[in-house]
Amino acid sequence: MSDAPSADPQRRSLEDTPVRVVSARATLSARLKNLWSRRELLLGLIASDIRIKYKNSSLGLFWSMISPAFTLGVYFLVFSVFLKNGIPNFVIYLFSGLVVWNMFQSSINTATGVIVDRAALVKKVSFPREILALSNVGASVVYFVVQLFVLAIFVGAVGHAPAWKFIVILPISFLSLYFFTSALAMVMSAVNVYLRDMKHLMEVLLQLWFWLTPVVYSYENSIAPHLAHRGLSFLYFLNPVTLIVVTFQRVFYVNTIVHSTVAPHPIIDVLPTWSFDKFLYLNGVLLAIAILSFFVAEAIFGRLEGNFESEL
Amino acid sequence: MTTVIDVQGVSKQFKIHHERHQSLKERLLHPRSGSTEVFNALSSINLTVGQGETVGIVGQNGSGKSTLLKCICGVLKPTTGEIRLRGSLAALLELGAGFQTELSGRDNVYLYGAMLGFSKKMVDGIFDEVVAFSEIEQFIDTQVKFYSSGMYVRLAFAVAVNVNPDILVVDEVLAVGDERFQAKCVDRIQRFKDEGRTILLVTHNADQVRALCDRAVVLQSGDMIADGPTHESLRIFREHLLEDAVVHDSARLSESIKIDAVSSPTGSFGVRSGSALHLDVSVHSTSAYSGNFVMELFTRGGLLISRNDAQGSPINLVPGHNVVGIDLAQLPLLDGLYDLNVGIVDHRGHTVIAWSEQAATIQVTYDGREAGIVELGATIRQQ
Repeated sequence: MSDAPSADPQRRSLEDTPVRVVSARATLSARLKNLWSRRELLLGLIASDIRIKYKNSSLGLFWSMISPAFTLGVYFLVFSVFLKNGIPNFVIYLFSGLVVWNMFQSSINTATGVIVDRAALVKKVSFPREILALSNVGASVVYFVVQLFVLAIFVGAVGHAPAWKFIVILPISFLSLYFFTSALAMVMSAVNVYLRDMKHLMEVLLQLWFWLTPVVYSYENSIAPHLAHRGLSFLYFLNPVTLIVVTFQRVFYVNTIVHSTVAPHPIIDVLPTWSFDKFLYLNGVLLAIAILSFFVAEAIFGRLEGNFESEL
Repeated sequence: MTTVIDVQGVSKQFKIHHERHQSLKERLLHPRSGSTEVFNALSSINLTVGQGETVGIVGQNGSGKSTLLKCICGVLKPTTGEIRLRGSLAALLELGAGFQTELSGRDNVYLYGAMLGFSKKMVDGIFDEVVAFSEIEQFIDTQVKFYSSGMYVRLAFAVAVNVNPDILVVDEVLAVGDERFQAKCVDRIQRFKDEGRTILLVTHNADQVRALCDRAVVLQSGDMIADGPTHESLRIFREHLLEDAVVHDSARLSESIKIDAVSSPTGSFGVRSGSALHLDVSVHSTSAYSGNFVMELFTRGGLLISRNDAQGSPINLVPGHNVVGIDLAQLPLLDGLYDLNVGIVDHRGHTVIAWSEQAATIQVTYDGREAGIVELGATIRQQ
């Protein structure tokens, strides 16, 4: 070629550009670094997920509020009106738990099948595959924020003051929720490639999981006395979603002990009567565990990912 | 020259499940059943590509060329070995694989750009170029699901080539769109080449490799059997194709026909432009065979000048030594070296029976005033 290299602005020497390595096993730190470098793709996928979901609906993002509102209404009717659980302001209690649960459930339900559903993409374009699962979690986070916003407005509208002091714990609790959900979503999306039943199994498990989480009932009021009696209270808190739900309820519902609105028991223990410090400590521990589980999930995903092409 | 792609001892094995047990029930019921066979798609490939090289990868179906390309792109992880890459890479493995059909063309350009690893800002900068190249201005805000297949691949191709990657990896996708768009794609790749970027091209089309690549790599059943200048590698590729054909089609090819040599009665392959050239092709056959004789003539640069149609000219070979004559009454070529390929195909032109790549090199001397390849001998006068 006749023209000098400098004459062409497009031409540049690659002498100094860093070397990327493709090999069978990437270290965990390399994987995480690569994942972080593709965060723009993650945001793009989240945006497209949301856009596609509500593309041809006239109410759009409103649906992310309407359907939880219906669920909320049904549970309220069943537990407060028909079964008369006697918990005052039960809607706020329900709402603060459901916000957390919805985020968890919708993430896992959508992410479990995502690698299989997008096999064409996985087999043809190079990018960290776990981003697909993380984008589903990300979309759920957006709906979560919308619902949380509605919850805050609702709480303000009915003149119910949240526990201001405890609000600082919410971000910690939310991060635990995010990392734990992401970890489970990544692992399930990879396992589902090998065992296609996982998607259906997860749907069933999540229903059971829902009832093991104190969203529509009060743990303190129902199960706690039986477990505490045998010194097994910790069993219930092995479910990481429980602590997050309880923290959200503590912030928005506030009251730990209430006067029943119906006859038999005049006093109801709704929430654990832990101090602020204990809430902070437990949430801190949970966050550490959640972040650790995220790393473990990333490593597991890296292992399982190697054989995707022969299974998809 | 900086090495931009360095493939070191890369092997890839696939597990082939003969009976797939992907449901939990089947896995529980048959924990060990369903035999799994390991298939070596690539075995210890070493390949280095320097900046600015255009390398063609050729091979038959199943030779592992797509697997190698996918490993280089990072879509597949090699079983052993590693690949070191410098600079950004855009891969065209399947056009539009990353598209979300529910989204508009505009959204997809950004999403696809992000998948290739380019930031929103960069895509902003080239967006107009992409749209202009793909020629779908008026539909850019239409959902991709309403696109015709041609529009779909055009948009995908436009994104991949306009993000200006340092390395472009192309897998058999140059056959997109109509002829005019194909020419545009080849043109764009040519420009890429001129800009000193690195291109890896996988294709079945030997002419495309000849036209675009300086170097070609031949893969066969996962092994690299040739790596060198394009015409050398293509010669080896053709020869192996024939060997394989003999092995796989032994019933029909038991005659074992070989093209021994091409000779000229004058003893020289030099010819003056416009004069006649006679060549004798000696063919050895162990039995009688009726087939067709074909020939191709290429420039040194790899441009096809002439090839007779697949049918060729009928010949009847007798057992033993045969001579097929080629008469070129008036060679209208200009100064240069020209490579001749000759071969024998079956009477329907479907199967190559014997082939000799670069069987002869013809040197044409010309002292007229025209430049190029062909002497048109145009007379120009004012009327």
